[in-house]
Amino acid sequence: MSVTETPIESVESFALRAREWLAANMPPLPHARWDPLVEDDERASHARVLQAKLWEGGFAGICYPTQYGGLGLTLDHQRAFDREAAAYQLPLIFSMPTHCICGPTILDCGTEEQKQQWIPPMLKGQHLWVQFMSEPSGGSDMAGALTTATRDGDLFMINGSKVWSTYAYRADYAIMLARTDWTLPKHRGLTMFIVPIHHPRTTIVQIEMIDGTKEFCQEFFDDVDIPAENVVGEVNDGWTVASRLLYHEKTSVGALSPYSSVPYAPATDLTTSEMVELARASGRERDVDVQRAIGQFETLMVVRTQLTKRIGVGLRTKAFPDQAGSMARIYGGTQSVARANMAFAMSGFSALFWDTEQGRDAGLGYLQRQARCIGGGTIEMARNVVAERVLGMPREPAPDKDLPFSDVPRGRSPR
Amino acid sequence: MDLDPTDEQRFFQETTRKFLESEMPITRVRELARTADGFDRAWWRRGAELGWTSLLVQEPDGGGTLSGNGTADLAIVAEEFGRSAAPGPLVPLNICAQTISLVGTDRQRAEVLPGLLDGSVVATWCFHEADRPWNGLGRTMQATADDRGGWVLHGTKTAVEYAAQADWLLVSVGDSGVISPASGGPHPTGGALDRPAQFLLRADTPGVTITQKESIDLVRRYADIRFDQVKVAAEAVVGTPRGAAEDIERQTTTSVALQCAEISGAAGKVFEFTLSYVFDRYSFGRPLASYQALKHRFADMKTWLESSYATSLAAVHAVGTSNLEASKLASIAKAYVADRCPELIQDCIQMHGGIGVTWEHDLHLYLRRVTADAGTLGTPDDHRERVAAACGLISAGAR
Repeated sequence: MSVTETPIESVESFALRAREWLAANMPPLPHARWDPLVEDDERASHARVLQAKLWEGGFAGICYPTQYGGLGLTLDHQRAFDREAAAYQLPLIFSMPTHCICGPTILDCGTEEQKQQWIPPMLKGQHLWVQFMSEPSGGSDMAGALTTATRDGDLFMINGSKVWSTYAYRADYAIMLARTDWTLPKHRGLTMFIVPIHHPRTTIVQIEMIDGTKEFCQEFFDDVDIPAENVVGEVNDGWTVASRLLYHEKTSVGALSPYSSVPYAPATDLTTSEMVELARASGRERDVDVQRAIGQFETLMVVRTQLTKRIGVGLRTKAFPDQAGSMARIYGGTQSVARANMAFAMSGFSALFWDTEQGRDAGLGYLQRQARCIGGGTIEMARNVVAERVLGMPREPAPDKDLPFSDVPRGRSPR
Repeated sequence: MDLDPTDEQRFFQETTRKFLESEMPITRVRELARTADGFDRAWWRRGAELGWTSLLVQEPDGGGTLSGNGTADLAIVAEEFGRSAAPGPLVPLNICAQTISLVGTDRQRAEVLPGLLDGSVVATWCFHEADRPWNGLGRTMQATADDRGGWVLHGTKTAVEYAAQADWLLVSVGDSGVISPASGGPHPTGGALDRPAQFLLRADTPGVTITQKESIDLVRRYADIRFDQVKVAAEAVVGTPRGAAEDIERQTTTSVALQCAEISGAAGKVFEFTLSYVFDRYSFGRPLASYQALKHRFADMKTWLESSYATSLAAVHAVGTSNLEASKLASIAKAYVADRCPELIQDCIQMHGGIGVTWEHDLHLYLRRVTADAGTLGTPDDHRERVAAACGLISAGAR
């Protein structure tokens, strides 16, 4: 008789074990609300503790391979765990981007040594990661990175700036795209690196947003030295790695990632039941326009879940190409705008002059509304992707595609 | 619509599409627009042979499902009807057949079902009344218990699909319309009928006047029905003495879910040929498909379309499995699909330019169909109110 692999645990048995373990070990919801305007809260340290508990209990990295500390189980196991864990506090900030984007990209493109070195600390709650992708010179045109990595023996020296990294000041490592050869066309002179965030020659600045939050950061690199062994993939083949990273980002934003329990839904979103409470508080609960607005609010939310599920089925059955996740991006962005407007309208004066956090959130949520159509790739980029990659419409002209990057115009030329 | 159908469903969908493409091309739809009935009985019987009328009927009565969920199976036909703007009493007839099969008397089943199943007989459901387009049943239609153990129906039903072509009418009468002794009116079981109630009668019963109207859909016929002191026996009652509310709710949610499948099908077809058109059509030396302003609109339309398929599918699955959320999910689907898909088709007309607003182009046949569907059995706003009610708000109409 030939030796076969050990059969994996059934989903039912796994779910049952998770149920018992969660009840005995994890703190239940609700956690006291994290105030988005309090920046030095303990969210990161709390998440590290919770992630360490998951690791010790044998429930970390459900879909990660066993040789790197994961459980090597299936998406069905992950979803079963999600259902069991719905009533408990979870280390949400480890999900995006550490477990959903950075880890999977290293699994796809890293060396065996890199996987052994970097994946387990992610799963143990020791290393929190961010992405150093966007630059001040161009948000969506990621391959136009200007940050430069210059080889110096066994080291690369990094100079430049990255921006829009969430929580970078609280995190430990970043995955970073930098230009290693300016004589090659833009996509061919890039390299992906693993970099420690807290380096003596890296300056981190927190960016204050319209709504007063300071989670986004900008980093400035001034001769930051990184060992050559931290290159992910090949030198000058960083775009291949970045494409995998973008794929994982899209699947996560579309709530389709197998590496996370967390659907992408910012904590400040009002729920339908909060909308119902607002209607009651304002005495307008029997107003037909208010009722229709609440019905539409719920409709948009439910249809989003249904669309996400459909995209998941389409990707699995190959009815849709990989880029179909961008439809969830378009839906999510436009829906967020509609929902922010409705929450704002429903809140009346309390969104303008508030004595409750709910009123304040509706007011600030309206001001910050467009962020959901920008972050993680603008919805205009997503529309290009759906038109070109899903519907097969002609690509936009790209005059910079085959020029040496040093010859590509980077601003209006002087007269 | 379903990206992961069963083998039987896939085969059924292919067969239905092929049949409609060859037997009901859009040129034939245009011909039928000039006829009084809007559809051809012989053609309908052939559809019945393919299974169009049996999916909601229980097996002992000669029906049966493909997948275990007859509503999901029938939604395949509804979607194909949308794709070809086909005529025929698909939804109301199936609704009548389901209710007769589930709760009809032995006599009703024996008398009506075989003809519905083989396509030789048409039944339709009389729901709308002019005073209340939605929010449940109207208040004008009355059923009064008479002193001879029967009922007298009086009032007017409106927007009844294929009423002038129907052999049988299933008539719903709302709470305030059922007028009977405190002990309840006569019921075929000898029990006492409570409110609301439903009655099944022949369309040629004395006192019934059917007036067909010109309607926005070129082939789907709608009529008003005037019931003038129409006398029916207790045997005309359909359903258990207290069960009609549940029956009417099932009929409503099932119809709404099937409407959504049909609307999505029509929008899907229009989207496909419009996408193809912008590749073929050139202006300023390049295909329309290469303009980013248009590409972005197609990306949005594709997102609406897939969302419409997704929510319609969720609705038919919930309705067909008697899911507790079925009513809410059907209303969510209608609120979304009947809002986005007519806009999608209008946008596709815009993509066509001048030819898009001509009688000659087929676009308007699909727009007509989705507009008729969107406005019957509850508008998107009506269904948003139902969703709000499901979220715990007391209806604005309630007193």
